Amino acid sequence: MTEALPDFRLHRPESLEELAALWRAEPQARVFGGGTDIIPNLRRGLVDAPALIELGALPGFADLTLLPDGGLRLGAGLRLADLASETELAGGWRALAEAARAVAGPAHRNAATLGGNLCQDTRCLYYNQSDWWRAANGYCLKYRGDTCHVAPQGSRCRAAFCSDLAPALIALGAEAELAGPGGTRQIALLALYRDDGAAHLALGPGELLVAVHLPAFAGVSGYEKMRVRRGVDFPLAGVGAALAPVAGGWALRVAVSGTDSLPVAITGLPSPLALPLAAAVIEQIDKAVQKQVTPMRSTMVSSHYRRLAAAALARRLVQRLAREAAAA
Amino acid sequence: MAKMHLKLTVNGTEHECLAEPRELLIHVLRERLNLTGPHIGCETSHCGACTVDIDGQSVKACTVLAAQAQGAAITTIEGIAGPGGMHSIQEMFREHHGLQCGFCTPGMITRAWRLLQENPSPTEEEVRFGMAGNLCRCTGYQNIVKAVLAAAAELNAAKEAAQ
Ligand SMILES: Cc1cc2nc3c(=O)[nH]c(=O)nc-3n(C[C@H](O)[C@H](O)[C@H](O)COP(=O)(O)OP(=O)(O)OC[C@H]3O[C@@H](n4cnc5c(N)ncnc54)[C@H](O)[C@@H]3O)c2cc1C
Ligand code: FES
Ligand code: FES
Repeated sequence: MTEALPDFRLHRPESLEELAALWRAEPQARVFGGGTDIIPNLRRGLVDAPALIELGALPGFADLTLLPDGGLRLGAGLRLADLASETELAGGWRALAEAARAVAGPAHRNAATLGGNLCQDTRCLYYNQSDWWRAANGYCLKYRGDTCHVAPQGSRCRAAFCSDLAPALIALGAEAELAGPGGTRQIALLALYRDDGAAHLALGPGELLVAVHLPAFAGVSGYEKMRVRRGVDFPLAGVGAALAPVAGGWALRVAVSGTDSLPVAITGLPSPLALPLAAAVIEQIDKAVQKQVTPMRSTMVSSHYRRLAAAALARRLVQRLAREAAAA
Repeated sequence: MAKMHLKLTVNGTEHECLAEPRELLIHVLRERLNLTGPHIGCETSHCGACTVDIDGQSVKACTVLAAQAQGAAITTIEGIAGPGGMHSIQEMFREHHGLQCGFCTPGMITRAWRLLQENPSPTEEEVRFGMAGNLCRCTGYQNIVKAVLAAAAELNAAKEAAQ
């Protein structure tokens, strides 16, 4: 079974400079962390790459550093299994540990990295299939075809971005540290994403995610996910939320994954919130999520159901966090 | 592509072989080292039939390039029984009917073996969470969970008796 995967060269740079040189020489090369997303996609003939670059040997790539301002810097090479059990993430930043724990099964989390999770490919019923299946269907807009079978009238791919970690991190106000030919830059994590299932990352050529920064956080946070099988499935909807004390009450941040081609940060939430939460406020949160997510027919489950599920998860999670905040 | 020189310690024995960069660990184990215990079910990281242990952690060998395991210590199902015969986990799978067709069993047992080292006295819920990445089309899981819990009890009793 030597031919199970297409042929490629494999590199393992030990510095960002070496990586940059490799990438300059082979601009079509793809980087990877654990490989748990890209290897199944290679297997299914969804990746054209003459070379793969493994990031695991970059110095400090898997470091977790407490910053002087009380924030946290998380290297993109950190494994999800480590994040799931990391004691630094047991307090206010718990949404991240809960999200890491919700990814696939234990053996998967041992290999999967933070960077790979945030940069994972988008997913669709018409895309994550074998080559013969896709060929029989005339391929699709995301790869080799010219029509999005989910939205044939539209002009763009509607594959869904299904990272569990992204909404948890966005709710916590995370920033992405990127390194590329132009040096390094730090942007809001949300700005890493574009609303196009076929080109959903705003990374420039030769640019990669090196770390995620979490600002100090004094509130409570959590993550809730709906999926078919607990041990293997991506979120049909996943919701991260954070509740932080502000003047006059609490500020709420909610972000959703699995429904759109990018994570959705819910806007227009009532603020500041008073605890315990009034029924009308919970209703408002539910309505805001239902209104702002746009699930499409990209999974086996109906889009209407995913919309309702996202709102229900948000309601359930915010109520849990409100109880925790009130008890603290 | 030019082959790479791989060195792996598998079940305590050092192996060297040549493999292409694109070869998956499961294929190197099964086809170059003739260790056909770990199975291939899905080859897309769903089923867990290919579960092996790499440097003390369970990993799905169908989703790891062999090159990523360069220099690692690997345990497969072939390395779990001791010189005295089957491991308690294997005995308990037999005793509690933790298998029917047996296709998932090497992965199940290799995962359970690591799980019981990570958590020697798991609750039923912890067994279910810890084994969640291993799928079985036959048993309905009840007897697998029973077998893992029974093995935990037996291993703990043996440890106490030895002290
Ligand atoms: C059966 C199965 C179940 C899964 N379940 C879930 C789930 O429940 N939730 C979930 O969120 N994901 C899930 N995944 C997807 C994936 O395994 C995880 O998201 C994982 O965290 C990816 O990390 P990795 O390091 O293995 O990624 P890799 O495969 O190494 O990389 C993924 C992608 O990100 C790019 N990339 C990696 N690192 C970087 C970087 N530092 N900078 C820029 N680009 C980078 C790669 O080029 C590649 O395109 C699942 C996958 C499978 C096969
Ligand atoms: S063969 Fe590896 S998970 Fe199924
Ligand atoms: S015993 Fe048949 S798949 Fe588990």
